[in-house]
Amino acid sequence: MSFFDGLKFRKVHSPVHDLDPRVKFFYVCAIFVIAIIFGELIPLMILFIIQVPFVLVARVKREWIRSMRGAAFLATIIFLTNFVVAYFFTHYPLAVSLENASALTLRFIVLVESFSIFFLTTSPDNLSLALEQTHVPYEFTFAFTTAVRFVPVLAEEAQTIMDAQKARGLELERGNFLKRIRNYIPILIPLIISAIRRSLELAEAMESRAWGATKKRTNLYVLKMYTNDFILMALTIGILAVAIYIRLNFIVPTLSKLFGFV
Amino acid sequence: MIEVEDVHFTYPNGVEALKGVSLTIKNGDFVAIMGQNGAGKTTLVKHFNGLLKPTKGKVRVDGVDTTKVSVATLARNVGFVFQNPDHQLFSETVEEEIAFALRNFGFKESIIKRRVTWALNLLGLTQYRKTSPFILSGGERKRVALASVLAWNPKILILDEPTIGQDYQQKEKLRQFILQMKTQQKTVVVVTHDVEFVAECNPRVVLMREGKVVADGQAKEVLTNQELLAYASIVLPQVTQIFLKLSDFGLKKDVIDVYEAREILLNVLERREV
Repeated sequence: MSFFDGLKFRKVHSPVHDLDPRVKFFYVCAIFVIAIIFGELIPLMILFIIQVPFVLVARVKREWIRSMRGAAFLATIIFLTNFVVAYFFTHYPLAVSLENASALTLRFIVLVESFSIFFLTTSPDNLSLALEQTHVPYEFTFAFTTAVRFVPVLAEEAQTIMDAQKARGLELERGNFLKRIRNYIPILIPLIISAIRRSLELAEAMESRAWGATKKRTNLYVLKMYTNDFILMALTIGILAVAIYIRLNFIVPTLSKLFGFV
Repeated sequence: MIEVEDVHFTYPNGVEALKGVSLTIKNGDFVAIMGQNGAGKTTLVKHFNGLLKPTKGKVRVDGVDTTKVSVATLARNVGFVFQNPDHQLFSETVEEEIAFALRNFGFKESIIKRRVTWALNLLGLTQYRKTSPFILSGGERKRVALASVLAWNPKILILDEPTIGQDYQQKEKLRQFILQMKTQQKTVVVVTHDVEFVAECNPRVVLMREGKVVADGQAKEVLTNQELLAYASIVLPQVTQIFLKLSDFGLKKDVIDVYEAREILLNVLERREV
């Protein structure tokens, strides 16, 4: 579950934590768009590097590294599939195949990186506040934040269930591939049932505390944009504009061309 | 026999749950492990079947170091019933649920059938043989979980909070059942907060606080020691509270059992009438 730990909010005070979640979300979306419109290695590397200062300023280096490590498995699969297909099936030169595979892997890593920064530095409360103030219906906001909040709870519960079944002689690592998947049934069923039971209980508890009694909710805290928020907003718009401009008007060089491999 | 030698355990998140616990539980012992929330009770018993391995120190079960063998191997001799039955029930029928562990241990089908019938009978669940465990009541689910462990007849039985959510009658049945296990020379380890339950069973009590054992003795000694219980944040059994308040009248202070209390009070009343 270490991957989820890499997305779990931890309370620290830093300029990044204090940023308006809406602006941060806009920033993440912008990075997302740029990562999608460029398929070349160089811009993706730049994209990867410009996010590192955020991690350092937010003091979430350890958690961030953990989320990167969690993404490593998928990243390896992405790299291998792309490389094998490009090199062995479409017969691109080795350098080009390697670069393309690296670029697509890096694209995935950049996406994980930016989402990880967002979730690591945005408390669920702020997130729901942001959603609410962008006029998302409160029911959806509540459901979303509850889901986010319950991920660590469920992870802990999964551990307990695994212990309970191991105590009854279940060996998860035994048997061939199919058997191993089947070994997880005694873990998944209790987990799903307990999640459903928990959600029903939560619904009853919420209703007995008059959830949804007033149509127009007010909040104790109201999100306000400060100087830092405007700076990040301007930066994001700037980066996005430059990226789109480059994409439309220039051909982005590849590393293999620059170094003369092709 | 379970031997615990200066065991330390730190969770991955840095919480130091056990800080040097040493303990020997002999075959046929009936031990209650008590202490407030977070004292390390459950962490300690999870070492007995290898679910947790000590960060420092040694745990040996019947002479076998728990770090050397798998949980499944240890589980054959050490049955562990978890606090919440919903963390283990998953089968379509109660019967299948009880057979699950037996299949894992590789019992023959004919033996499985016999063992399941035996366990169902033992815990009064025979009428639910073909019922889904999910539609049973909380107390019944707890009994199914217990039956599913008893079915393979482990030598050592660990019960984590067995009395939670049980009515008084069920608790009494559980007590009778544990005493029966004791006559069969089985080792029973109970993790509990339930002072009254422990007082009625009079087992050996291991009292824990902040990851250390602070007392180890018969329930009658431990549960009547006011300072000790206050230190471990445990309330005295009700009977003991009454007798402590009546000690000015020259009554014994170390009473935890309702039947003993009745005898003493009857004696006093008879003397008055004379």
